[in-house]
Amino acid sequence: MAGKGVYIYSHEFLDYKFSQQHPFNPLRLKLTTELLEAAGLLQPEDIVQPNYAALDQLELVHDPLYIEMVQAAGLTGTASGKALSYGLGTGDNPIFRGMHHAASLVVGATIKAAELVMENKVQHALNIGGGLHHAQFDKASGFCIYNDAAAAIAWALQKYKARIMYIDTDAHHGDGVQWLFYNNPEVLTVSIHESGTYLFPGTGSIDELGIDRGAGYSINLPLEPYTHDTSYIECLEDLLVSITKRFKPDLIISQNGCDNHFLDPLAHLSLTTRALREIPQLTHNLAHEYCEGRWVAVGGGGYDIWRVVPRAWAMVWAEVANRPLPIDMPSTWLHKWQEVSPVRLPEKMDDDPGDYPLNPKHKDISEKNKLSLLRLKKNLII
Amino acid sequence: MLVEDVMRVNLITLKPEDSVLDALQKAKENRIRHLPVVEGDRLAGIVSDRDLRDAKPSIFVPEDLDLLKAKKVKDIMKANIITAHPLDSVDEAARILYEHKIGCLPVIKDEKLVGIVTETDLLRSLVELMGATNPGSLITIEFVDRPGILADVSGIIKNYGININSVFLRKSKKKPGHTLLSMRIATIMPEHIVSEIKKAGFTVTWPMDGGI
Repeated sequence: MAGKGVYIYSHEFLDYKFSQQHPFNPLRLKLTTELLEAAGLLQPEDIVQPNYAALDQLELVHDPLYIEMVQAAGLTGTASGKALSYGLGTGDNPIFRGMHHAASLVVGATIKAAELVMENKVQHALNIGGGLHHAQFDKASGFCIYNDAAAAIAWALQKYKARIMYIDTDAHHGDGVQWLFYNNPEVLTVSIHESGTYLFPGTGSIDELGIDRGAGYSINLPLEPYTHDTSYIECLEDLLVSITKRFKPDLIISQNGCDNHFLDPLAHLSLTTRALREIPQLTHNLAHEYCEGRWVAVGGGGYDIWRVVPRAWAMVWAEVANRPLPIDMPSTWLHKWQEVSPVRLPEKMDDDPGDYPLNPKHKDISEKNKLSLLRLKKNLII
Repeated sequence: MLVEDVMRVNLITLKPEDSVLDALQKAKENRIRHLPVVEGDRLAGIVSDRDLRDAKPSIFVPEDLDLLKAKKVKDIMKANIITAHPLDSVDEAARILYEHKIGCLPVIKDEKLVGIVTETDLLRSLVELMGATNPGSLITIEFVDRPGILADVSGIIKNYGININSVFLRKSKKKPGHTLLSMRIATIMPEHIVSEIKKAGFTVTWPMDGGI
């Protein structure tokens, strides 16, 4: 199977659902999978079923008391008094029946992806259900209950003593993963996001560089709201190429949140599919150049589930599977889903450059981003 | 917030009889700019990076280590220092630093030196005050001030069951007569709250719709 990419997927991913109205809607996973099938890009033999993560795997990155709290809340579907202090039962992270199981499956899927890649069964693996990067040691945060990428990192670290590079391009700072490995020099976390001055969670400044032995092994590039493709791609390439060369990872895990697209309702970066193609392409190249192709990709944020998520993650899968995307969206998919979609579905895989006109302040925005990159590179100590 | 909440208590100090070379080395090793001079546990003076720079020979002249060893801290230190008390408020301390154009305040209690507050400590407490230590989203509202606005706005946030991490009020410089209220609220999706606040008649300056 070597040389091949796999798609870790289960219909039970759809059980990770807070409520009917909640913006973190698992239907996006189904939409993406059906798009890939309709386009002939995903065959049954590409799909690997995930396992539920075991308790000891969750405990690699989470407080046993917190896990107990999630289990108890998931049994009844209601909050106990203490749940709130664990971030459960808030507007962002409502309690739902079976939440422990649903969240454990996501973790199991990302660990499965890491296992297949590290055992050389496949070169790359994608879990679009993963990327729950805000979950903290003892707290649910920003729609994330268990931190699948962090658990997979901790698991691979323990089992293979691998040096792991985590690349997070979600519009929001990858705070959960960063804090879990903040003092660990074997894990390099890199997050490129909309500045925390404006956006949740508020962290991810240039000066967050890690502590103790991990000093230098956390890297953050905050970008201005309304950053467009050209500035984004410039900064991304410059930063990732130079630090991957220096860190020399054994495994790359990338978080591919697509809430950085201009249509996303929760964030203010202004990327089009041009940048969304570039991100996994660059990660893919870096994996081949520096770690014999070992690459695990996960999903993440993405709240325009009709126009953005299916296309964005098709672009990630196109790299993982090494298969070119069609120009047009498959008509069977369009027909089926246009009836349900509240918005007009795009007919092309790529945005038209005219879809998003440049922001009037784009020069200032690019200049500020470039300055942030320079400042960051000056501070780098790895 | 009080001075005792932000002051540094593990102090690097000098004695009056120490040499200027000792002072230079201590400042460099610990990467600090202010060294209190103590006799026992009493403050005798302070040596700043500026005093040290003045005491050093010009960069155009080779450094004379013997001279730096011979010169004593008591010869270059400033006496009659402005000090703070642990129960002074942080804003008072900040105002004193600002008005006297100085970089640090030794903290004295029972006539003993118990700590030091520097510009850096005040900046760090500013970062904490701004609430960026807990996950949250920023919202900024502009209005003509009247009693009860904070209650109105926080009432809307309360109705959504969302916690507030920090609150800031300041006068608008761009729009005279207007006040800006910035809050960090503990949610990744502030959009519903923002539209409620707009419905209540406030101008929301962040997040803004579609472009700067």
